[in-house]
Amino acid sequence: MARPRTYETEGVVLRQMPLGEADRILTLFTPDRGKLRVVAKGVRRPKSRLAGHLEPLTRARVSVREGRSLDHVGEAETLRSYRRLREDLKLVSKGIYLADLIDSFTVDQSPSTALFDVLVGSLAWLESASGVEEALRYFEVQLLHVSGFGPELRNCVECRSALKPSPYGFCAAAGGILCAGCGASAKGSLIPLSVNAIKLLRFFQREPPAAVAGFVAPSRVLQEAAWALRGHITYVLERDLKSARFMNLVAAAAPRRKPIAI
Amino acid sequence: MTTRRYSAAEPVGQLVEELHKLPGIGPKTAQRLTYHLVRMPRDDAMRLADAILAVKDRIVLCSQCYNITETDPCPLCSGPTRDRTRICVVEEALDVVALERTGVYTGLYHVLHGVISPMNGIGPDELKIRPLLDRLKGGGVREVILATNPNLEGEATSMYVHNLIAPLGVKVTRPARGLPVGGDLEYADEVTLSRAIEGRQSM
Ligand SMILES: [Zn+2]
Ligand SMILES: [Zn+2]
Repeated sequence: MARPRTYETEGVVLRQMPLGEADRILTLFTPDRGKLRVVAKGVRRPKSRLAGHLEPLTRARVSVREGRSLDHVGEAETLRSYRRLREDLKLVSKGIYLADLIDSFTVDQSPSTALFDVLVGSLAWLESASGVEEALRYFEVQLLHVSGFGPELRNCVECRSALKPSPYGFCAAAGGILCAGCGASAKGSLIPLSVNAIKLLRFFQREPPAAVAGFVAPSRVLQEAAWALRGHITYVLERDLKSARFMNLVAAAAPRRKPIAI
Repeated sequence: MTTRRYSAAEPVGQLVEELHKLPGIGPKTAQRLTYHLVRMPRDDAMRLADAILAVKDRIVLCSQCYNITETDPCPLCSGPTRDRTRICVVEEALDVVALERTGVYTGLYHVLHGVISPMNGIGPDELKIRPLLDRLKGGGVREVILATNPNLEGEATSMYVHNLIAPLGVKVTRPARGLPVGGDLEYADEVTLSRAIEGRQSM
């Protein structure tokens, strides 16, 4: 039998599912191998050396041994744990939403360094806890853009006429903004976008993570962008994400009064 | 899988399929178990089948703590010596067994039957969280111990439950977290290590 080959990569753990008595199947998102499903042996035992390094929403360096059906994680070391994110329910629900989106929009083994940079950039932005909604919108715009579903924001998505700096309607079914004429005769529902909301979407679609981190936008503008993006994402995926529902449920709840006693 | 080839042994294929549905049983293990069962004496097989049926016919969920039990309420909920001012919230019925083995906890339990895991399609409504709140509103409980697993989903679940309990004015605690016994410091991840240092105790 040939010796199994091993490779090293880094990745963010998107999700995990129990396997057997003490193992898990992990879904990692890596820059060089895209989405990867690997087995992590023994990680449900308290003494596992790997477990703490392979929690969801952890960025880790891993060495992986090729297996017959699924590859196995040999070693893992945390590169970034995003601890402040995972210890805040609102933030962690948003982090899970990002992971769910990546998982839903990508197929196994299609590498994308750009998308990886957007993911780790957005997680760091979320963890900073300032501009949380901005981080979500940026991630959504970039994910759509990189995976080929980016909404049309410069020309009317129907008649291709150039859009002027004025408010327009966003049509999820058409995949972008409609000019006033096309909007008037559109059959589907339109989500209104102000000039500033359109500018925000264009800015987020154009810029790399380093250029937008910490950017702050008015909440009204963010809300308009959120509605348009949610409509677009739901249309593309043809379903609601459970993680989006959980995120909204947690966001709607009253703030906690005292920190938990630990 | 290879069982498909034997059309004459349809019951074998069926058993493999049923066993494969169980958690932790892959197709290979399901096959191994099936061939073991085929060779098993009839009496042994009957005892196994009876045990499975007994579990289905005689075991229910306790209407108070949702532990699995033969009597409702369960022996723990009806135990005269249990401390009824404390409720320990756990993910699974097996966690009750593990905690009872330690012998140091004398309060009551509440089994959630899972953990919030949006990516695996499990939200708060799929768990026994509402009944816990109803129990607490009934009064008499002074402390809730949130003993979900110390991982991302377990902690998210605890934070979520804590938010719901907070307005009720009940004290909420979490088991201490730190280095596992027998573990090696150099292999600990940074979250475990930093919590262990933060939770240090004087000697
Ligand atoms: Zn048009
Ligand atoms: Zn009970």
